[in-house]
Amino acid sequence: MADAPNQYKSEVKSLSFYYGAFSALKNINMRLHEKQVTALIGPSGCGKSTFLRCFNRMHDLYPGNRYVGEIILHPDNVNILAREVDPIEVRMRVSMVFQKPNPFPKSIYENVAYGLRVRGVKQRALVDEKVEEALRGAALWDEVKDRLNQLAYNLSGGQQQRLCIARALATDPEILLFDEPTSALDPIATASIEELIADLKDKVTILIVTHNMQQAARVSDYTAYMYLGEVIEFDVTDTIFIKPKNKQTEDYITGRFG
Amino acid sequence: MHPPQTVRPSTDAAHSRRLGYSYRRHLGERFIEAILFLMAFISVVITLAIVAMLVSESLVFFEHVSLWDFLTDTQWTPLFDDAHYGILPLVSGTVVSSAVALLVAIPLGTITAIYLSEFAPFAVREIAKPFLELLGGVPTVVYGYFALLFVTPALQKIIPGLPGFSLLSAGLVMGIMIIPYVSSMAEDAMRSVPMHLREGSYAMGATRFQTALRVVMPAAFSGIAAAYILGISRAVGETMVVAIAAGMQPNLTWNPLEPAATITAYIVQVSLGDLPHGSIGYQTIFAAGLTLLLMTLAFNILGHVLRKRYREIY
Amino acid sequence: MRDDKNLNEIRTIIARHKLWDFVFMIVGILALMIAMLTFMALFSHMLIDGLPRLSWDFFTSFPSRRPGSAGILSAWVGTTLVMLVTAIAAVPMGIGAGIYLEEYASKNLITEIIEINVTNLAGIPSIIYGLLALGLFVHQFGFGQSILSAGLALALLILPVVIVATREAIRAIPLVIREGAYALGATKWQTVSHHLLPYSAAGILTGVIIGLARAIGETAPIITIGALTFIAFLPPSPIKDEFPYISFEWLMAPFTVMPIQMFNWVSRPEEEFQVNAAAAGLVLVVMTLTMNGLAIYLRYRMRKNLKW
Repeated sequence: MADAPNQYKSEVKSLSFYYGAFSALKNINMRLHEKQVTALIGPSGCGKSTFLRCFNRMHDLYPGNRYVGEIILHPDNVNILAREVDPIEVRMRVSMVFQKPNPFPKSIYENVAYGLRVRGVKQRALVDEKVEEALRGAALWDEVKDRLNQLAYNLSGGQQQRLCIARALATDPEILLFDEPTSALDPIATASIEELIADLKDKVTILIVTHNMQQAARVSDYTAYMYLGEVIEFDVTDTIFIKPKNKQTEDYITGRFG
Repeated sequence: MHPPQTVRPSTDAAHSRRLGYSYRRHLGERFIEAILFLMAFISVVITLAIVAMLVSESLVFFEHVSLWDFLTDTQWTPLFDDAHYGILPLVSGTVVSSAVALLVAIPLGTITAIYLSEFAPFAVREIAKPFLELLGGVPTVVYGYFALLFVTPALQKIIPGLPGFSLLSAGLVMGIMIIPYVSSMAEDAMRSVPMHLREGSYAMGATRFQTALRVVMPAAFSGIAAAYILGISRAVGETMVVAIAAGMQPNLTWNPLEPAATITAYIVQVSLGDLPHGSIGYQTIFAAGLTLLLMTLAFNILGHVLRKRYREIY
Repeated sequence: MRDDKNLNEIRTIIARHKLWDFVFMIVGILALMIAMLTFMALFSHMLIDGLPRLSWDFFTSFPSRRPGSAGILSAWVGTTLVMLVTAIAAVPMGIGAGIYLEEYASKNLITEIIEINVTNLAGIPSIIYGLLALGLFVHQFGFGQSILSAGLALALLILPVVIVATREAIRAIPLVIREGAYALGATKWQTVSHHLLPYSAAGILTGVIIGLARAIGETAPIITIGALTFIAFLPPSPIKDEFPYISFEWLMAPFTVMPIQMFNWVSRPEEEFQVNAAAAGLVLVVMTLTMNGLAIYLRYRMRKNLKW
């Protein structure tokens, strides 16, 4: 990790978020390290998913939501929450994988190609190439290469989730957001997704929400513990799990949390 | 409304000395079930009665008229001395007026549905939806009045020489009349596409229109298809608008600018007169009705197949 | 890493796609307006033509050969009586069928046939019901061209509406309510009659109103059974001076209804009669819109108050 701002992919500066009058996030400050995995942990309702969804402006889809503060994206040094920044442009640079696998009712191929289609890419050869690359990147290529034209719903839950990862990868995102990506999966499928996340961090900066502390410990380099819309502690994962500075964090990590 | 606690135990149970099977209670329950079953089964009886009625009267009709003549003769003049019994003129009137109606209702209904489901702000939807529903409740005879006395004169200004009765005018009004049916059913199908699919698309950087076109519409395909089928069968079976505004003169034409009778308009025309029960004229309306039923049945079956084949699978 | 050229390219693409969004939004609003504006045109056209004709006399006069003194007395009385027959026939039958299909029916062939059949019935053109009524009620059963025949024909027509509304209303009641009743020893029918029916009453009522509103405006099936269009008298009164005080003679009486009266006037060439048609249409539209509006309002309130 070299000189100052370049090592950060993104900086969150006094971010607050409101659902109508309800303040869901309160004055969050933290950084996403370039090509590292950052995990968000905390009890349910603590605002981890809300925080994650600020990074691709998903909240813009629903009326009554309001951001205050900044999320700076490097290297351009732009605040992606700024009103003049187009949420669609943000989403083209920051991809997301959801809690429940949500492939579109299309073929496997078309699912992965969707992001390219949305960007108006038409050249067949380029799309083919990107689809294969993304499926390989998501460790799904070998399983589906002979049935790319089948409906995506024929895949198992774990495969569907990896397909969604491939879909997110196909457009070379700069940040990849994971919203509890394994909570709907069995242990074996979970293990394969975790493995994949570890492989992916060479290419992309990752932010992952998880309610499973072991998972955070296994996959992440940095961890933030959140409670009631605040980041209580943010540090290197090992520090958080072995020597947390904050009493609340320690209680949660050791399971003494009420 | 009483909460569940107020259910009193049955007196039978309260007085029985040991646990047992109450035949009396059981019999009562079975009796009620049988009555309810009969009520449900009446719907099947209605269908059978419709088919039996149309087929039996048509059979008598086909003793006088050969099926070949019925299907190939190009004139329909059963009430003239020189009687011809070719259904084609009535079918052409039905097809042309329905086609005009669907050219209006399907595009406008679909666009309205997409707009309401994916674009409209909450307040607009809350007002527009009930309003469209109200439009669906306006009696068709009123639309017929509107077609004849408002739309036709207006069209005559644009298209000189348009006759007072025309398939175009009837079809246009019928199409607008059908929009609410198509749009509300298609919109329901689109709204029931789960949000997480839309979010998946938005998260990839898609716009609303791209999401609507590439994700929501394919996901809601079977519901949208069902909406179209409903629109088609309404157009084919619509009676009053065409009877009032398209004229009652059978006319083998594919030109919407001409007047022509539809199958339904012919049935109305005969019913307005006083044909004796059992005469050949009386039977013609059943043969025409059977043709109409078969046409709508074909669309219903098509809709059923489409729904089975492309069931929503989010 | 992303360079500026790439970013600019993306921005151009987004701008283009957003333009499409905007264009479609305008098209959508226009499409919505077309349906609404047409109705506005229709309604105002009728209002301008028909409103001056609406007077107390219009409601209390029989149709006449002189357009100026013609009224809709026999039509609205006929509509009321026909609707009475329709409601009495269709409501219990539709609710019963709905209960059976939702609560009693086991998954078997007969159930499936009934279910497919209800869907299909809803798609049969109304004029076909008229043909059935003509053959069955008018001739076979010998009811003639009477209020009874018309009421039954319309009852068959709206039966699917009532069935579907009943099923949806009952289905919306959560399983715990049923289990709560069964756990207290209620039989199936007790569960249905003490809980499911009362709790779904508003939903069923909504369906019944929508069905009746549709029946009021139906013209084709009534023309088909050969209802006379010139009726200058009222059916016999259902209440009599002497024992048994109630009479069912009116069921067999010839009649006319609102949409038939309107159709009759529309098809006259004289302009004065078309003014009458506009006035009758106005009354008819206000009647159906009020009923549909009531149903929509009921459903809206129901959704707001639903707490399970």
